[in-house]
Amino acid sequence: MVLELQKPRPIWQIMFSTHHTDVGLLYLISSLAFLFLGGSLALAIRAELFLPGAQIIGDAMTFNRIFTVHGTTLIFLFIIPFASAVGNYYVPIMVRYKDMAYPKLNAIAFWMIPPAGALIWLGFADFTWYATPPYSIISAPGPAADMWIFGLKILGISSVLGAINFVVTILKCKHPDMSIGQVPLLAWSFLSSSLIILVAIPTFAAALLMLLTDRLGVSGFFNPAMGGDPIAYAHLFWFTFHPEVYVLVIPAIGMMYEIIPRFSRKPIYSYNSGVFAFVLLSIVGFSSWAHHMYATGMSFTEKTVFMVGTLAAVPASAMHVFNFVATMWNGRIKFSTPMMWAVGGIALFFSAGAGGVANAAMPLDFTTHDTYWVVGHFHLFVMGTIAFGSIGYLYYMFPYVTGRMYNETMGKVHFIMSFVGTVLVFFTQHVLGLYGMPRRIFDYPPIPEWIAMNQIATVGAMIIGVSMAIFLANMIYSSGKGKLANTEDPFGIGGKYYYPFEAKNPSH
Amino acid sequence: MSGHSNWPEWVYIGVVVALMVWVGAEAWEAERLVEHVPEDAKTIIVTGQQWFWTFEHEDGTKEIGELHVEVGKAYKFEIHSKDVNHAFNIHDYVVLMDAIPGRVNTVWFAPTDVGTHDIQCREYCGLIHYNMRGTLIVEDPKA
Ligand code: HEM
Ligand SMILES: [Cu+2]
Ligand SMILES: [Cu+2]
Repeated sequence: MVLELQKPRPIWQIMFSTHHTDVGLLYLISSLAFLFLGGSLALAIRAELFLPGAQIIGDAMTFNRIFTVHGTTLIFLFIIPFASAVGNYYVPIMVRYKDMAYPKLNAIAFWMIPPAGALIWLGFADFTWYATPPYSIISAPGPAADMWIFGLKILGISSVLGAINFVVTILKCKHPDMSIGQVPLLAWSFLSSSLIILVAIPTFAAALLMLLTDRLGVSGFFNPAMGGDPIAYAHLFWFTFHPEVYVLVIPAIGMMYEIIPRFSRKPIYSYNSGVFAFVLLSIVGFSSWAHHMYATGMSFTEKTVFMVGTLAAVPASAMHVFNFVATMWNGRIKFSTPMMWAVGGIALFFSAGAGGVANAAMPLDFTTHDTYWVVGHFHLFVMGTIAFGSIGYLYYMFPYVTGRMYNETMGKVHFIMSFVGTVLVFFTQHVLGLYGMPRRIFDYPPIPEWIAMNQIATVGAMIIGVSMAIFLANMIYSSGKGKLANTEDPFGIGGKYYYPFEAKNPSH
Repeated sequence: MSGHSNWPEWVYIGVVVALMVWVGAEAWEAERLVEHVPEDAKTIIVTGQQWFWTFEHEDGTKEIGELHVEVGKAYKFEIHSKDVNHAFNIHDYVVLMDAIPGRVNTVWFAPTDVGTHDIQCREYCGLIHYNMRGTLIVEDPKA
């Protein structure tokens, strides 16, 4: 697996390969491409909101399409495929197997992503990442909406195939000398998130088909004009997508479990508690979906049930934070770039969770729901926790993938700017929500507090934008011209770097 | 694991669980009180449609985009939608309830001070969602 770029191969050899590190590389490159594409849309949104009135985006329809494709891209085409990249590289090595359990299926799961991405980007739908009916049935313009539905359908199948592969690889292909209790936490994170996918995704897959036939006019499941119920869609959607938020976050936590002990030069504080928290979260995560629906007119009892279900999942997340802090405690920590990202990510994870508890408490949610508070809340997870863990891990695996080192100073500058930017954008958006600004609005009245908060957020976003340009330059330059890495111990922290180094690619 | 004792983690989990129980209990109690609609509340029928709000008072008078109410009285909103989902919101009074076609949701409030407040839509409803706004005017009938 190492020295991918030092021994150049024709590109088609990688594209038609089914070897796990080649498929991993494909996942890696496509997910990063979508990170930059989706990120540019975010900068456009923030630039537009810098001042009230229409500035750079001409009309509301374009704006609505931009935030829809922004969210869809970063969740489904960056976060999930990036995790698959890491899983492809590391899971087989961690369970000491020669490849993924089903290599062809693995390649097929990847190759479903580019056509799905093309459908989403060429369509450019406007009905937000949850495509709520009846808007999505009677009002959203086609063919964009239909292309989005097909795109998500394909991505759902791709996720399910990938999940089957991870579950079988971990449970059936691990080395016979290895018990399940010796499988590293990163692999455990893939086992848990894959099992969640297998339980959660089919529900949304069904809802998507129903949405499509509703749009075609042949059914009326969610269309009140035909006797259907839009609330049914909301339940089906969130039954999939609340658990799905754990699918997004659990692999990122797994990546932090690799980085934190390495750079603290200490074993993980409690392996068992990490495993327990993953498994617990995968189960309890299914008891809270309707906390997204407090304002749809649910009864007091229903709201209470889902509030309790939500609060019940908090200790499991909190256990990870404890585990990380306890691991770093008294460690001889080396703050190389990957460690900075991981530690920053944990701090933001904690703040995000605290905001989540406020959303869960039902009377408070009527203040925060569908305001910028919610946008701030989940971005502290998707950007602050998941992207931070993922980017940290990318720096960590860079020498193993390319055989070269990235530029450490640029990596640190990237982190510091992104951290400051993330705090400026998303903490501010929490405040903006308390001032009452609804989410998903193209323009806003000139309320002084709203203008001030929006301007801080836009400045923060631009800082992140610049840092991402530095990141891109670092990655491109260093993979060709960077210093040769010492693959035995690229970060100079001692200890044994067994995992990535042992992978053998038959086509080398 | 063996090696070291885990009591700090158990204490920590205990604290987190206790905090969650406290948050849950407080929220339950507050929501229970907030949802209790006063007997004498007057009904206002609120209708959302792309992209404006219509209000109908008990005496049959209708208003579009503006809502006049009297200070100190309680009002119960019955929220309808004619097309897609919207969310009726008076942020200053924490009034928020989805307007969903085919169903009637209710929420109540009692304005405490004379003045004007923004009404807005907080659920994405398409092209002009950003400007589906209105004004609440709280008046003193004796003044
Ligand atoms: C662990 C990773 C988490 C992720 C990735 C995540 C993600 C999200 C997302 C995407 C939404 C927005 C849904 C929308 O579009 O309206 C959301 C809302 C919400 N989250 Fe989280 N969340 C996480 C953890 C938590 C935790 C730990 C809590 C509670 C303790 C929580 C409570 C809530 C609540 C109650 C809402 C609904 C807010 C509303 O719409 O009014 N979340 N979360
Ligand atoms: Cu949720
Ligand atoms: Cu709206």
